Amino acid sequence: MKKFSLFVLFLAAGTLAFSAPPTMPRFRFENFTTANGLPNDHVYAVLVDGDRIWAGTENGLGLYENHAWKVYTTADGLAHRAVLSLALDKRTGDVWAGTMGGLSRISGGRIDSFTQLTSGLSNDVVYGVSIEGENVWIATAAGACRLNLETNQWSLYNERNTPMFEIWSYSVSATPTKVYYGIWGSGVLEYDQKTGKWDKYDDPDGETEMVLFKDQGLIHEIVTSVSYVDNVLWAATYFGDSHYDGRYWHNFLKKDSGLPSNFTNVVKGVDGKRAWFGTDKGLAYYDGVNWAVYTPSLKDGRPEMTVRDAEGNVTPVAVTTAPAHNYILGIDFQGDDIWVATAKGLSHGIRQKQ
Amino acid sequence: MNKPRTGRRMRTRIWAGLAVLTGASLVLAFLPTVDRPVRANASDAEGYASPLEVLLSPDGVRLYVLCQESEEVRVLDAASYVVIRNIAVGRVPRGFSLSPDGARLFVTNSWDDTLSVIDTKTLAVTATWRVGAEPSSVVEDNAGKRLFVANRISNDVAVLDAQTGSEEKRLLAGRGSSYLTISPDGARIYATHVYPNPPPMRTGLENRTAPESEITVIDAARAEVVDRIPLHGIAGVFHGVFSADGRLGVVAEYHPKNLVTLAHLEHGGAFEDTITVFGADVGKTVEVPLDELERYAAQPFGVAIAPDKSRIYVTSGGSEMVTVVDVPRLLGYIHKHPGPLVQDLSASANYVVTRIPVGLNPRGLTLTRNGRTLFVANRLDDTVSVVDTRTNRVASTITLAGQKTITSIRHGEQTFYTSRYSFQGQIGCANCHIDSTFDGITWNLEPDGFGRSIVDNKLLEGVKDTEPYKWTGTNPNIPTECGPRTEKYFWRSENYDNLTLADLAVYVRSLPPRPNRWRLANGELTPSQERGKALFERTVDKFKKPIPEVNRCSYCHSGPKGTSQKIFEVGTRKPTDNTGLLKAPMLTNIALTAPYLHDGSARSLEEIWTVYNPDDRHGRTNDLTKDELNDLIEYLRSR
Repeated sequence: MKKFSLFVLFLAAGTLAFSAPPTMPRFRFENFTTANGLPNDHVYAVLVDGDRIWAGTENGLGLYENHAWKVYTTADGLAHRAVLSLALDKRTGDVWAGTMGGLSRISGGRIDSFTQLTSGLSNDVVYGVSIEGENVWIATAAGACRLNLETNQWSLYNERNTPMFEIWSYSVSATPTKVYYGIWGSGVLEYDQKTGKWDKYDDPDGETEMVLFKDQGLIHEIVTSVSYVDNVLWAATYFGDSHYDGRYWHNFLKKDSGLPSNFTNVVKGVDGKRAWFGTDKGLAYYDGVNWAVYTPSLKDGRPEMTVRDAEGNVTPVAVTTAPAHNYILGIDFQGDDIWVATAKGLSHGIRQKQ
Repeated sequence: MNKPRTGRRMRTRIWAGLAVLTGASLVLAFLPTVDRPVRANASDAEGYASPLEVLLSPDGVRLYVLCQESEEVRVLDAASYVVIRNIAVGRVPRGFSLSPDGARLFVTNSWDDTLSVIDTKTLAVTATWRVGAEPSSVVEDNAGKRLFVANRISNDVAVLDAQTGSEEKRLLAGRGSSYLTISPDGARIYATHVYPNPPPMRTGLENRTAPESEITVIDAARAEVVDRIPLHGIAGVFHGVFSADGRLGVVAEYHPKNLVTLAHLEHGGAFEDTITVFGADVGKTVEVPLDELERYAAQPFGVAIAPDKSRIYVTSGGSEMVTVVDVPRLLGYIHKHPGPLVQDLSASANYVVTRIPVGLNPRGLTLTRNGRTLFVANRLDDTVSVVDTRTNRVASTITLAGQKTITSIRHGEQTFYTSRYSFQGQIGCANCHIDSTFDGITWNLEPDGFGRSIVDNKLLEGVKDTEPYKWTGTNPNIPTECGPRTEKYFWRSENYDNLTLADLAVYVRSLPPRPNRWRLANGELTPSQERGKALFERTVDKFKKPIPEVNRCSYCHSGPKGTSQKIFEVGTRKPTDNTGLLKAPMLTNIALTAPYLHDGSARSLEEIWTVYNPDDRHGRTNDLTKDELNDLIEYLRSR
């Protein structure tokens, strides 16, 4: 009996020591480039609308539907050829595109554009757009904007009426309760829909790249992307990422998480625990405990996937496909699938059964 | 002792006599006849009814008449035309429709932004719901789940819960979204609009491009816009309808020729009056003219298709008639002639069967289920024409109760809408001033020279006491504006007699501004509007430098209507303009009337200052931040 117990203990210890990596989502990536109809390989944003995929590229807005691409250009009324951001009005099916030359609304095939000359839009460089109810929330190079679709009234938010020190607004995430703006150099701005008041979240270390106060606030002031889901804020910066549940902050850095790089272009929360990160060194997924990274190898371009468990053990996973490029700029979900905008093509990650 | 008996007998006799007289008069009054107008009410109430739309109940027993001026729905017995009930609704009702089961009648009240819900059993208003800005038409989906409401000012179609009236969302429609029709299978809702969509791109010549309109196609189940059928060259699309089998759709529309100088009326150079047909029977979207060389079907508005799809009926508000189109011949002609048909004034001879004269300013129309009778609402003579479709003649005319004397304003309004004064009856004032407003496009008028002085069409409401008129302020008063100038250069026909001209001027002067939708209900200004007002009234710029009087907004645009009625040069003269001197236009409801500036070159209020005011001649504005310019514009919208 004693021998048997020792054997069980030995077996258990052995299992722990040599356990398989955690099961993380695996994908077969199908990549789109100009070779198969994408208007341009530089893809800034991707948006899933049911079976339709919108791709904001450097040279037009692509719509992938029924296995074919349709391209909208300035000749169709698009505000500018370079499409930086996309948002879907789930109520109406309209798509809003932020471009380098204004904001465009695509509705039933018609494009109406708004610029700083023709409308109340604060600036033509539209980095982010998000729809909530009858309001379109816009992040521009000269502050934040709100367009009320019922009254056509524009409200501008900048250093004069918010705690925004810099006005380079990079990202927006609007929900019925809160609207968050990621400001490039001025942290995260929070708008309370109920009170109409603004609040601000800064890096407690100030405008430095040092992290003296980890998990005590935003990781850095240069915020590139925000995603508010399930009352949790995910914020990406060029120097790491943050998670804020309304009470506690948690920071993610390459050195102590599974992030492939601190330089993060985009974050998209799945829920309050899980999120996807688009960095300059690949696409990363965090399930609340473990991490997975998907990228073509930075050395030889071969597809790579790695999994990092809670203890920091990193395990490579054999894969045959990867996102089109390691420089990730946009993410959206299609059921269990993922679509990824990269610097050299658009990728469709088709979830594989495991 | 006998006296009381005698008195009783006398009273009895009097009552009996009265009863006989009343009965006789009722019989006389309500019996429809071919030879004389049929009165639809015993009383001669004050004010006009102005019937705009007509509907039959699904069982064909009742005729509903939407009366815009008396602001009521009149419910008539569809056989005897006896009035069953007059139901008061909201301000200036514009559209109505029945639920698919006929149990509820929905009325859009365009000036108080409400929807009246009428129970057709009790004939009472059971609910009044707030909707969008200037609701103009309504339909319920076949499932009875949703209502779709076309809002003219907010340019959208609102989606409402059909039971509670709560708004679910708004769908982007064409500019001046106004009329809705549902396909017979209930799958699609088609929305039309009365003002052209703004040009999508800045070309510098967008004020000289042909107008573009659309039919907005909405998936009824998803309540989403799924298509927009382009209507090239069209500015002003009104009712649409489908054949019972859903294979043929028709909309009535104006096709202005605003890119050529308005000097060729004798060559059909002002407007085409057309319908666009689409659907499986046609195979593509085809615009076909209703006009012919000597006869125009001015201001097409209402459209109906016979149940057996043999005929299309189109009302022409200006020509005071119903055009009857033979559908098989039309389809045959279209299939044989694939090229553009709209410029061919000989085309209509191939499919127009006849033209039926009806009352003044005919608008809505409806057919009985067997297609044998057509009811036409004649808005400006308070009648409903009852047309026998077998003979294509008016069998009887229902005269609605109301004021019978023709006031100056009424006569002026009749003059405003009719096309009878223009050469060959081609156009009336209302061609360009749709529903007495504007048309959203720019014109080149002959008096200023060919290709010279392109002008934007202006809103008429509230023009009283804002003389002088014309952009250049060269017409001292409305009679001059509407009289010699119009007669000579537009109508190219007979002159108005003095009385008619005076009445027309009285009517135009009587047009009140519609409620401003940007102003708060309590009349106060929003914080943004308050800030904008301060900028409008400022006398020093942001650098503390005094602003000369002529560079202050409030100097040129002074007074309650926002015009000092004086002439200024604001730096907007174009090479084609004869002068840069312009009268300060009024600001009343300025938010509605894009494009802006005298030649319509500014697509939005913003462009007046972001593009066309580089030297601060049109007000000192270049010191303003974008927020401040937005505030100024918010204030202007509240005017």
